[in-house]
Amino acid sequence: MSNVDVILKEGLAALDAVTDLVELEQVKARFLGKSGALTELLKQLGKLSPDERKTAGATINAAKQAFETRHNDVRDGFNAAKLAAQLAAESLDVTLPGRGATPAGLHPVTLTLERITGLFASMGFEVADGPEIETDFHNFQALNIPENHPARAMQDTFYVEGGDVLRTHTSPIQVRYMLDHQPPIKIVAPGRVYRVDSDATHSPMFHQMEGLWIDQNVSFADLKATITEFLRRFFERDDMQVRFRPSFFPFTETSAEIDVLDEQGRWLEVGGSGMVHPNVLRNVGIDPEKYTGFAFGIGLDRFAMLRYGVNDLRLFFENDLTFLKQFN
Amino acid sequence: MQFSEQWLRSRVNPSLSTEELSYLLTMAGLEVEDVVAAAPAFTGVVVGEVKECEKHENADRLRVTKVDVGTGELVQIVCGAPNVAVGVKVPCALPGAILPGDFKIKPTKMRGVESGGMLCSGKELGVPEDVDGLMLLPADAPVGQNIRDYLGLDDSLFTLKITPNRADCLSIRGIAREVAALTGSPLAAWGIAAVAPQTDSKLAVAIADNAPCGRYVGRVVKNVNAAAPTPDWMKRRLERSGLRSISAIVDITNYILLEQGQPMHAFDLGKINGGITVRMAVAGEKLVCLNEKEVALTPDLMVIADDQQPLAIAGIMGGLDSGVTTASRDIFLESAFFQPEAIAGKARALGFGSDSSYRYERGVDFALQTEAIERATALVLEICGGEAGPLTETVGTLPQRSSVTVRTARVARVLGVALAAEQIAAIFTRLGLAFEQNDAGFVVSAPSFRFDIEIEEDLIEEIARVYGYDNIPADAPVAAQTMLPQPEGLRVRSEVRRLLAGRDFQEIVSYAFVEEKWERDFAGNANPVRLINPIASQMSVMRSSLIGGLVDTLAANLNRKHSRVRVFEIARVFHKQADGSVQQPEVVAGLAHGGRVDEQWASKAERVDFYDIKADVEALLYPRVAEYRKAAHPAFHPGRCAEVLLNGAVVGVLGELHPQWVQAYGLTNAPVLFELAVEAVEQVGRVQLAPVSKFQPVRRDLALVVAEDVNAAAIQLAMKAAASAFVRELALFDVYRGKGVDEGKKSLAFRIVLQAADRTLVDDEVEQAVAAMLAAAQAAGAVLRA
Repeated sequence: MSNVDVILKEGLAALDAVTDLVELEQVKARFLGKSGALTELLKQLGKLSPDERKTAGATINAAKQAFETRHNDVRDGFNAAKLAAQLAAESLDVTLPGRGATPAGLHPVTLTLERITGLFASMGFEVADGPEIETDFHNFQALNIPENHPARAMQDTFYVEGGDVLRTHTSPIQVRYMLDHQPPIKIVAPGRVYRVDSDATHSPMFHQMEGLWIDQNVSFADLKATITEFLRRFFERDDMQVRFRPSFFPFTETSAEIDVLDEQGRWLEVGGSGMVHPNVLRNVGIDPEKYTGFAFGIGLDRFAMLRYGVNDLRLFFENDLTFLKQFN
Repeated sequence: MQFSEQWLRSRVNPSLSTEELSYLLTMAGLEVEDVVAAAPAFTGVVVGEVKECEKHENADRLRVTKVDVGTGELVQIVCGAPNVAVGVKVPCALPGAILPGDFKIKPTKMRGVESGGMLCSGKELGVPEDVDGLMLLPADAPVGQNIRDYLGLDDSLFTLKITPNRADCLSIRGIAREVAALTGSPLAAWGIAAVAPQTDSKLAVAIADNAPCGRYVGRVVKNVNAAAPTPDWMKRRLERSGLRSISAIVDITNYILLEQGQPMHAFDLGKINGGITVRMAVAGEKLVCLNEKEVALTPDLMVIADDQQPLAIAGIMGGLDSGVTTASRDIFLESAFFQPEAIAGKARALGFGSDSSYRYERGVDFALQTEAIERATALVLEICGGEAGPLTETVGTLPQRSSVTVRTARVARVLGVALAAEQIAAIFTRLGLAFEQNDAGFVVSAPSFRFDIEIEEDLIEEIARVYGYDNIPADAPVAAQTMLPQPEGLRVRSEVRRLLAGRDFQEIVSYAFVEEKWERDFAGNANPVRLINPIASQMSVMRSSLIGGLVDTLAANLNRKHSRVRVFEIARVFHKQADGSVQQPEVVAGLAHGGRVDEQWASKAERVDFYDIKADVEALLYPRVAEYRKAAHPAFHPGRCAEVLLNGAVVGVLGELHPQWVQAYGLTNAPVLFELAVEAVEQVGRVQLAPVSKFQPVRRDLALVVAEDVNAAAIQLAMKAAASAFVRELALFDVYRGKGVDEGKKSLAFRIVLQAADRTLVDDEVEQAVAAMLAAAQAAGAVLRA
């Protein structure tokens, strides 16, 4: 065994025996430093003949390379172990909750309202709005509701000082809109409405949405199609049965109640609709000979109740966070 | 309107089941609210006659009877009812019978005696009566007949919700007419014959010129037996229509009302002084009505009067004194037509109405009076006997029926289905609408029983109704396609809501009418918009601020053991103006109470404060930057309240609830609230791009010491005013009190970022710019921190 082999063997054994990076560098210096064992051998090459120098040089360089390779492996091993230890020390309980506030949410009636106005927007219906304290003209007179109609009674309608009323439906919004715009008119008008009534199915304040489409040839068939489409999209039931049933409202002629067949096979009334009465069109300056149209009204609270399985209307106005947060 | 299906089917009998009939009516606009069976299902019960009745040997309270059930053999039945006796006719359940409640009747032994059936009470048959014991049947009840047939128990009671325009369907006559029109089934003719007068007795009737009475038909009937019993068939029909039997003559008038739809009244002739005048009441007149209420008559009420005084309020209710009683001998029958407008609203104003006023105010067939009184007279003579006088008819102004034109093309346009002229003609014929046909369509005259056919659309609705709404197609509409506007500079409501929800505010909806106290406490509003007829005193005024509702919601949720409450609402508020008008802007308001975040491991438990809510307000207004000015507001802590200004105008307020309200409203800690005009929140503005500089920015910080009562904004505004054009940012980033800063002072640290769009700034420029801003700050009272 040559001297080189002995030194290499010794060197590799020393590398294998180190316990930390400091020791590793000391061993490296011992063999590859300025006066390291392998360095010393290289220094002595000059004393050899050119032939011997070539052979011996190759041998020493191979040993040097072998030493360096082993040195690097050991160093990488230490580094990897150090990183692994650091990572282990830094590990978190990832199951702990996130820091800071969580979001809250919207009222179920708002969710319903936004869903419905969104569906109608996709059919080109714009959202319109209006005041809640209304004049007799906008709330009753323009809508063809006669002077002695029971709806005007104090048992049904809230009056404010001065004779104005809290709007009893969202229909005055369509009156205002029609006074300001000529057809084509395609709007939905959601909002709060007020009636003198209070029990499990009635609240003195509740929400309605009015829809109105006036153009040159809007027909009862269009009414049926639009509302049927809306109900199927809203309830996400393509096969939902919808029926239109003759009824009477002062502001529509060819009037229809809207019923849907629920999953128990019962017909539920969900709204009123009809072709806008020619008197109403005349009252707002639209020529009923030139234009026809339909209007409908639905209870947003009722739609929210049906959609989310709420059985008492009053829950919507008690603002119990335990109730409201379920919709988040 | 409630009625018996059998009664209806006695006039028109389509081959439809009860359910089908119900669906037909509903889909024709006569909504069936309820259908109930007249009696529950049972079998095997016949009319029996008790022939023998002995005491039971082993039981004091039982009798042993022998009953004839029409089989030729007497059946022995043991019975415990107190009213069992020889000769009574009673329902008898035979072996094999099944009574309501699945009660099976078998031959049995009772205390050792054979019993081959059961004698029944009304209760046992599911048709309870007032009688204690067995149901006693009339003496002429045919022995052996099935009791269901005899009592007509295979019947259903329909309750219809008749819309105000269809008063013509408030009677059997009207509903039968409608069913015949809808189904084509034949309608039984009424065939009402005139009663020949047997006496000359009559009353003079006059209608005053200003009395809106179209027709008044009267008749005297003398020598009646007003105490005669009402026949069972009539009682049954009345009861199944929801009316109780009162006395024969009153029952007859009620019967005519139900059957014909003609309200009638019967006076005691002996109580009438002189003749009858239909006139308007005179102020000061009084009348005690049949319901025993005394009414002070007003000149807008029409009355039926004799020569001395009012006897009845026309069309609404008769007087107590002049009405027929069982003691009446001679009577005067009234069958009149009063104009709907004359009756409408009057019952409501009086506080009571009647089946008559209900019909009159909606419209009674003005051609029906004579037929109705003839039918009533015939019934009086049949049931109570007597001699009828001649019929007197007085006519005032009757409704005019103008003809209504309907165009075939218009029908197609409005309904969206092209109906042939023949189809329309067939519908009119079925409805009994007289018409003339021309090239364009039809000229129709409404019959006297319809008050809802005045314009073309009324007829179109009739066509649609009979054609069937179900048969009108519902194909997707074809229309011009347009897109909706989407203004980019507006933040729509749903974005505002979601922004707040994203910042942990839960949306609520609270009543717009509030306690007057809330308006005083939270809005300093002594003059709110008041309701004339509030539903409750704590809901008597319209709110001008949402703060009360938020505080109330907080209190309610604290009661429900929610310690951390963050809520918001968007709603209109109501401000009364000097001229009496009301401004109704929309506002958005929020409240936060409790921990800044939910109690959790990673965050310090800190209560939400003014600056948390201010960040929410800033986010709501972002990217616009508002000015915040210390303000006095009744709801808030005077030192912790700011008004929010945009372009110099106040758009809202934020602050910590005043300690006095914390206590008064039962709260644990002060919540922090804000309220902003939605109009301000929704104006975001469109982006206007500024050039992006390629040159290096320079940052300088200034720490300035000011007195504690100096507002940071004052210093910042002074510095901003002195800033060079290339000062890109000026922001407060620290507020320090303590070591190194004198007591009563604070140090404000500002960050100044300088950057020019066109060049790298040289040191001199930077130093000069900062020096100018420092000088401005010093002029405003700040000292550079050592």
